Amino acid sequence: MFDVLLSSLGQVFTLPHLLYMMLGVSIGLIVGIIPGLGGIAGMSILLPFLYGMDPAIALGMLMGLVAVIPTGDTFASVLLGIPGSSASQATVLDGFSLAKKGQAARALSSAFLSSMIGGLIGAIVLTLFIVVARPVVLSFSSSELFMLTLLGLSMVAVLSGGDMFKGLAACGLGLLVGGIGMAPATGEFRLNLDIDYLYDGLPLVVVGLGIFALPEIIDLLKGRGAIANQTYALGKGWRQGFGDVARERGLVMRCAGAGSLIGTIPGLAGSVVDWLTYGHAVQSAKDKSQFGKGDIRGVIAPESANNATACGAMVPTLLFGIPGSGTAAVFLGGLLLLGLQPGIGMIETHLDLTYTIIWSLALANILGAALCLGLAGPVASLTRVRFVILAPLITTLILFAAYQATRSTGDLIALGLVGLLGVLMKRAGWSRPAFLIGFVLAAGAETYFYQAVQFQGSSAFARPGVAIIAAMIGISLFLPLLQHFRRKRTQANEPISQFKHDGAGDSEAQEGGTLRLSNIDIILFIGLLALSLLTWHETRQMSLLGSVFPLLAMAIILASMAAEAVRLTLASAGWTWLPLREEMLWILGFFALVGMILSLGLVSSAILFCLGFLLFIARLKPWVAVILAAGAGVFLVAMAHFMSLTYPSGILDALWFR
Amino acid sequence: MKLFHRKETGLAPGLGKLVKAGVVSAALLFGSYGHADSNVPSNVTFTVPFGVGGGTDVWARFLAPWLTEYLESAPTIMIDNVPGGGSINGANVFARRASSDGSHILATSASTQFPAMLNEDRVRYDYADWLPVLASPTGGVVYASSELGDDQDAVMAALLDTPVKFAAQTPTGLEMPVLIALDMLDMDVTAVFGMRSRGEGRLAFERGEAKIDFQTTSAYFSSVEPLVEAGDAVPLFSLGMLDEEGNLVRDPAFPDLPTFSEVYAEIHGAAPEGPAYDAFRQFFAAGFALQKLIMLPADTPQDVIDDYRSAASAFINDERFLEESEAQLGPYSLVSGDVAERHLSDVMTLDDDTREWLAEWLESRFGASI
Repeated sequence: MFDVLLSSLGQVFTLPHLLYMMLGVSIGLIVGIIPGLGGIAGMSILLPFLYGMDPAIALGMLMGLVAVIPTGDTFASVLLGIPGSSASQATVLDGFSLAKKGQAARALSSAFLSSMIGGLIGAIVLTLFIVVARPVVLSFSSSELFMLTLLGLSMVAVLSGGDMFKGLAACGLGLLVGGIGMAPATGEFRLNLDIDYLYDGLPLVVVGLGIFALPEIIDLLKGRGAIANQTYALGKGWRQGFGDVARERGLVMRCAGAGSLIGTIPGLAGSVVDWLTYGHAVQSAKDKSQFGKGDIRGVIAPESANNATACGAMVPTLLFGIPGSGTAAVFLGGLLLLGLQPGIGMIETHLDLTYTIIWSLALANILGAALCLGLAGPVASLTRVRFVILAPLITTLILFAAYQATRSTGDLIALGLVGLLGVLMKRAGWSRPAFLIGFVLAAGAETYFYQAVQFQGSSAFARPGVAIIAAMIGISLFLPLLQHFRRKRTQANEPISQFKHDGAGDSEAQEGGTLRLSNIDIILFIGLLALSLLTWHETRQMSLLGSVFPLLAMAIILASMAAEAVRLTLASAGWTWLPLREEMLWILGFFALVGMILSLGLVSSAILFCLGFLLFIARLKPWVAVILAAGAGVFLVAMAHFMSLTYPSGILDALWFR
Repeated sequence: MKLFHRKETGLAPGLGKLVKAGVVSAALLFGSYGHADSNVPSNVTFTVPFGVGGGTDVWARFLAPWLTEYLESAPTIMIDNVPGGGSINGANVFARRASSDGSHILATSASTQFPAMLNEDRVRYDYADWLPVLASPTGGVVYASSELGDDQDAVMAALLDTPVKFAAQTPTGLEMPVLIALDMLDMDVTAVFGMRSRGEGRLAFERGEAKIDFQTTSAYFSSVEPLVEAGDAVPLFSLGMLDEEGNLVRDPAFPDLPTFSEVYAEIHGAAPEGPAYDAFRQFFAAGFALQKLIMLPADTPQDVIDDYRSAASAFINDERFLEESEAQLGPYSLVSGDVAERHLSDVMTLDDDTREWLAEWLESRFGASI
């Protein structure tokens, strides 16, 4: 094994290998930085070149790409509050809050450093683990997979802090929305309201952008300042970021280790890891008060995990031919184009190539993080720009990103609707991460539960693995409660710094500490009731197996709303009126923009929208506005050109690009 | 409500130039093609209704350079992935938007064919509107855990009275003909659905959750054969393959393995027939024997169709192609367009008896309605 290890190291350090890997790394960073693109777009740029390439060199190139995507997407998460990909959604919470405090450079540098270390740890784990991984991976049956999704769901309790019932209702809503599409047990379509777009369910990118990014944009527009609302010396950020990682090295190690191991489990991978590690960071912290408001540990934990997960995801991809993540799925296609069949043979006959993959992964992680660190300082100064100038450009970027999800107009409309939900939830202090966790884990929870029961009957949950994970869930649920009560007893008279979570930013509804019911709570309550009725109506005709999951989600929503109502009554909560008109105007404006895109085409609308916004709302000098708007147009056209993308084309675009 | 906008020539990708450069150099190397007036436009959009890197995408990317090389106009072929709805979205878009001058071709697969045969609501395309340029077959093998017995006969006997689980995707997915076959053999098989790929089904088998499984040829060779060699799995039968006349014969990839029909005849003492077998045969043909197709709109001018078909017929016998396709597509020779057209016309429409049987079977076995 060691001679193979060394000979593949020699292969990695040959000039062509390094050059092609740099190409992969560069493309990986570009598609990583641009939200919505990610691994699949990167792979589709590289795939046409693969055909006929030397496998070892081609693999280096592909790995360069795969390894750095979770590094590059940190820029968007931290600077703009846009979840770059599913692996960096948790980073948004504290990363963006830090950027708002003017500490973007600090957040970025610790993110990149932890990404690099995480990636290296992942590569080391992979080196040793891949030889023995097979039996371990096979020991995870559908019951253990179900328990792992439950562990992920239990993070809702951690993330919704004081507002447990609102968090649960949000999670139930996430489960319900995640259940749209095909029922795994019967193949029936459910809750799709006869809309073509909903047959596949809502795409994660659209939901992530809508629930996090749109509300943030609107909030910042209301504030009329820059993203960074506090001044903070940029130069200090770097050193502090490195110091943060050095101080939190234990957290980095634990999260990277957990990430690389969970990454090896096929079918789960990226979606739970960032929330699990984020939840772990919150639980293991003594002072939880700053999480969600800009605690650097909330950046370090998911970032050290997500690169490690990308390494771990190679195990099921290489050993079983089952991709561990979306990017890995495309990587698998690359392997097939190179004439390599993944499977046991990758270890037995292609061990050299397997180690070439792992070494490339490690090296690419270092290169990617180094490049990003170099960029971090200059790019972080974006947060000083008046946001009203950035807003149209970011909105264009978000529309572009969302449209890449399925390339249908439904993406844009769904983005607006989820954005509306996000605005309401943010204003009223309902946990948006809880919604997202429910959404992400809905499919896994339902499928694995059904499969576990079908395959193993009543013995499904009498397995040692299940007991271990159940114990972990128990600890994560009850330990904070115990700590809480103990602390309450010891410091009965001091005000408790309660961990309050609402995603990124503070909830206005809870200011002052007393429990208050707001008009937005009422809107959400009524909306959820109506949705429950709709669910009940839509699933009436369905088989039991197909309808049980959405009904369960509905029950969770109703029960948590009832519990919240009881809590409000018992605490004789006050009433508060939260103004909402400005937000609704922006949302309306957004839909008007979508309408414009559908009639005029994306490129023309984006240029006109940027120009108009910059001239009349940002009140820039005309020539600056023209340059920026033209820049947005050039970006869109160039993306279409180089990545073979398509846009909604309307009357105007058709004139231009015929 | 889905709007899809095909690639405009103004936005032609840089990749195209590369492909073209490759073609020019290939043409210099093998400069034996005439310069006769060509009927195929010089830019062709190849719609792949699946995501990048999936099986059909890899297949299309493998074939595209060969088409370019063998078509006289050496067109730049731009692959346009339109994923969604398990290929229904992309096929719908193609049906609505493709121009019939040879500049638009479509890749289809089993998951495009099956919903059309079942008349699913979402399907807005009709195979009668398309003509195949070529078809690419695959076979498949049903195998079981060696816990059930040491050899084929022992396992087959055990399967008749031992209830086993089979991990499948959906009742009407690629495994449907296999499920029909297992039922016709009176095996006590319970399907557990919700797998996202055949690979996940195999994983469930390897985990010991499913005791019987099915894989297509390439996955069988790479992932199941090692299990058979290790003594963990026993191959039972192949689904067979269609010959030129449309008869079910032994799969050339598995000449030593009996086909389903042979196994059936041995158990029941008579060759299989009736609506169940008709359903099996048609879905086997659409899902396996003609699994992946390149399609042209049927109102494309005849000379363009002929150009495409003769290019395909020429390269599927090219030595270099055969060598590469063995690795990519398995030991099957591709089916030329006219043969595929003949087979397809029998396959894509279910007669009333078959449909009635199928609807009843899906309802009673899985509670699924079509």
